[in-house]
Amino acid sequence: MSGRFGFLGRRVLQLIPVALGITILVFFLLHLVPGDPARQILGQHYTPKAAAEIHHKLGLDQPLWEQYKIFMDRLVHGDLGDSVYYNQSARSLIAERLPATMFLIAYAGVLAALISIPIGIIAALRRGGVFDQATRIGTLITFAMPPFWFGIILLLVFALKLQLFPVSGYGSGLTDHLWHLFLPALTIALAFSTILTRTLRASMLSTLRMDFVDTARIKGISRTTVLMRHVVRNAIVAIVVVFGINLAFLIGSTVLVENVFSIPGLGQLLVDSVSSRDYPVVQGTTLVLAFLVVVVNLVTDVVHAALDPRVTYE
Amino acid sequence: MTDSAAAPVLEVEDLRTYIATDAGVVRAVDGVSFTVGEREILGLVGESGCGKSVTCRTIAGLMPSPPARSTGRVRLAGYGERNLLDLSAPDLQRLRGEHLSMVFQDPMSALNPVMRVGAQVEEAVGAHEKLTGKARRTRAIELMERVGIPVPERRMRDYPHQFSGGMRQRVLIAMAIAGRPRLLLADEPTTALDVLIQDQILSLLLELQRDFGMSMILVSHDLGVIGEMCDRVAVMYAGEIVELADTATLLGGPCHPYTISLLRSLPDVNSQSRYLRSIGGAPPALVNLPDGCRFAPRCPLALDECREWETELLDAGDGEHTARCWRHEDTRREDAWPEQSYESA
Amino acid sequence: MSAVLGPSGTLLESLERRSRTSRIGRGRITLAVGILILGTMIAVSLAAPLITSYKPDAIDPLHPLLHPLSPGHPLGTDSFGRDIFSRILYGGRIDLLIAFGATSVTAVVGTVIGLTSGYAGGWVDTVIMRIVDLFFAFPFFVLVIAIVAMLGPSIFNMFVAIWLTSWISYARITRGHTLGAKRQEYTLAARALGYTNRRVVLRHILPNVVSYVIIFAMVDAVGNIVLGSSLGFLGLGAQPPSPEWGVMISDGQNYLLTAWWLSTFPGIAIILVGVGFSLIGDGLADILRPGD
Repeated sequence: MSGRFGFLGRRVLQLIPVALGITILVFFLLHLVPGDPARQILGQHYTPKAAAEIHHKLGLDQPLWEQYKIFMDRLVHGDLGDSVYYNQSARSLIAERLPATMFLIAYAGVLAALISIPIGIIAALRRGGVFDQATRIGTLITFAMPPFWFGIILLLVFALKLQLFPVSGYGSGLTDHLWHLFLPALTIALAFSTILTRTLRASMLSTLRMDFVDTARIKGISRTTVLMRHVVRNAIVAIVVVFGINLAFLIGSTVLVENVFSIPGLGQLLVDSVSSRDYPVVQGTTLVLAFLVVVVNLVTDVVHAALDPRVTYE
Repeated sequence: MTDSAAAPVLEVEDLRTYIATDAGVVRAVDGVSFTVGEREILGLVGESGCGKSVTCRTIAGLMPSPPARSTGRVRLAGYGERNLLDLSAPDLQRLRGEHLSMVFQDPMSALNPVMRVGAQVEEAVGAHEKLTGKARRTRAIELMERVGIPVPERRMRDYPHQFSGGMRQRVLIAMAIAGRPRLLLADEPTTALDVLIQDQILSLLLELQRDFGMSMILVSHDLGVIGEMCDRVAVMYAGEIVELADTATLLGGPCHPYTISLLRSLPDVNSQSRYLRSIGGAPPALVNLPDGCRFAPRCPLALDECREWETELLDAGDGEHTARCWRHEDTRREDAWPEQSYESA
Repeated sequence: MSAVLGPSGTLLESLERRSRTSRIGRGRITLAVGILILGTMIAVSLAAPLITSYKPDAIDPLHPLLHPLSPGHPLGTDSFGRDIFSRILYGGRIDLLIAFGATSVTAVVGTVIGLTSGYAGGWVDTVIMRIVDLFFAFPFFVLVIAIVAMLGPSIFNMFVAIWLTSWISYARITRGHTLGAKRQEYTLAARALGYTNRRVVLRHILPNVVSYVIIFAMVDAVGNIVLGSSLGFLGLGAQPPSPEWGVMISDGQNYLLTAWWLSTFPGIAIILVGVGFSLIGDGLADILRPGD
């Protein structure tokens, strides 16, 4: 068991430079603003006094290194700065919006697994057959399909025309969330399941060729047992890895879909803050979403290690 | 030596397995016939890609279809006149483990990497016997002990990557004998192992074969191993059997030029030379086979006729020794062989 | 082949049809279909003035929200009475420019960086790969939005954001295959012969790596077209009244219930271009790397 804890410890240690890197990148984002950020924020309300106030608030009146120190010092105290648009700290804005986004990501992840696992398995087992060909054409289309467009089509058909689902919002309470977020989650899940289905199919095909599958078959156990216990069990490992790698894609789609379905999540906050030039909130949201990717990646690594004993072994 | 003609455990007749590939149809096994008697060990020997493994896998029903397809007859004692190639999936499931089992070449990849070794052995134990969890576990430990795995109770909980190659092969053997099969197919069981471990595994197989009264097909490209283990030997080349005889006859008086070349390519223990003699050229691609004898392009004795038509397996002495060469009488004369022809690499 | 008789003949016959369609053959068909779809989309975008007499931004206040298949407006008109068909044709110029402009620059830059990293090794490699790892930790789309947010929403800044972030995939792919090629015998031989680094990289490593880059570039182009239209949709890329497809879908969102065609057709155009690129990528993969 010590091997597993050692593995987890190593993985957490590896996160430190990544997390530091993320803060540096996010910090420098503000310096991409052409000219004076205060002028961009204030627009026609620009006065030298107001500008100096904003410089001070954003720490721009300090040398670069000092600015980063202040940025980091605030960050470890959970301070992401104040919104220049709302009369609120970026942190409380983000905290309000985070649950909807996390719920949507988890929901979409589960739906994507429910869609892609059976399809990937059947396509591989009936390789070259009608179902396999249909899957290939289907994934070809979903891969090229912009998630925001597909969301709009689902909205049009299932919410507006058939009125089976609400048009927008997040609802309150678990079942209400599940109902409100079904179409958005399905939109993301379908886009995400493209890569999962293809990976699972390929991984099934390569697992089916492995010697241990023949070993299992020669034992005289049923075909279903061979498939579930040996083939699928091994093929699933690949999809966990791919899930982790493509998590960033999942979160990217969330940003889009939140804006289609007016879900009060981080994605909507991010896009709204771009138009209001609310730089601290843009930085804060970016940072939180990046950390979210890192944390969920860690979780997928732990799941991977739990599914495949070789991972923790040296 | 047992009389294989009396009551063969396995009878293979004109077996063909062809595989569709992008490069064309590969004739991996092309008209192979042989029998394996009660308690007999038959060796299948030949270069890699000659169809030895495919023969075994076809008998065990392991060739994927598509892309592979087989014809011919495979009969197993206890299955009457039924052709194993026509068995339904449930029948095939009953056949495997209980009547016939197989040990594979590479123990590294033949065990499920994400499943505990004990669970894999227990699965083999439980395949044909309804046992309680505890009884199954006890049987699994007994089996692991039987194949020489030290402290099996503890090793049950380990994963395959925690086992050495030799230990993994022992686990595979334990699983193969779990259902006490009448026929064991051993597909190059020692090729992937260290030389010292090879001998241990071979003696284990021999011991189990005697104790359990199993019949066995041992696939190998190593004539030394074949000579130690087998009662009879079939030499395969390019999907066909080119010579078949009892071990002593085949090693002592081979008459197919391919067998003779194979034997001459063995390292001579008494010779000081560090170089091995090898057969020139490469075996034909099984997609576009040459007309005539398949060995003719590499055969030092080949005549024009050899390239035009291919002979059947011919009687080469007392009915039990057959060879697929119409010059099988000439081949034994040293002066028929051109000087050093088979030595160039 | 010897005379086809008996059991061997039947077997051969039953299997030969299956092996006749080889992977390379299938790849050629896939590639041809892909080129046909993408080529058509490129051709009609470039030839837009010859195909339609409407300007993409010509407002017709008398004929707003005309249904598809209306006389003169095969795909209908939008709320300003602009012809959807013309807007899609002209919009294709923008979206195809995004696909080619974003992909080609990042492919070249990323490949050069990856080759350098893999071939040079040592600290150069370490530094470049740490940067690549860092970018990979980010949700790519969020990073692009954040950069656009800081630079200011416009189509040019969108290109800048993609250029800044997308090279990493190419760098990683190229580096991996460069390391592989470096160990190959022909490279060792070339180095032993005393060829210059530049010559070894250009003559011996690049040709081996380039097929992977091209195949990935086709997938990346699909991603870029979806990305570009997504930013247009969010108001962070091309700006209205541009007929960029994402902008068109966004415009139509307000009329979903009354005029479904506004958002639907530009989406289908995106899918067509994306499928074209994907098929070309799949076909090339079958032809260039049949062994993989």
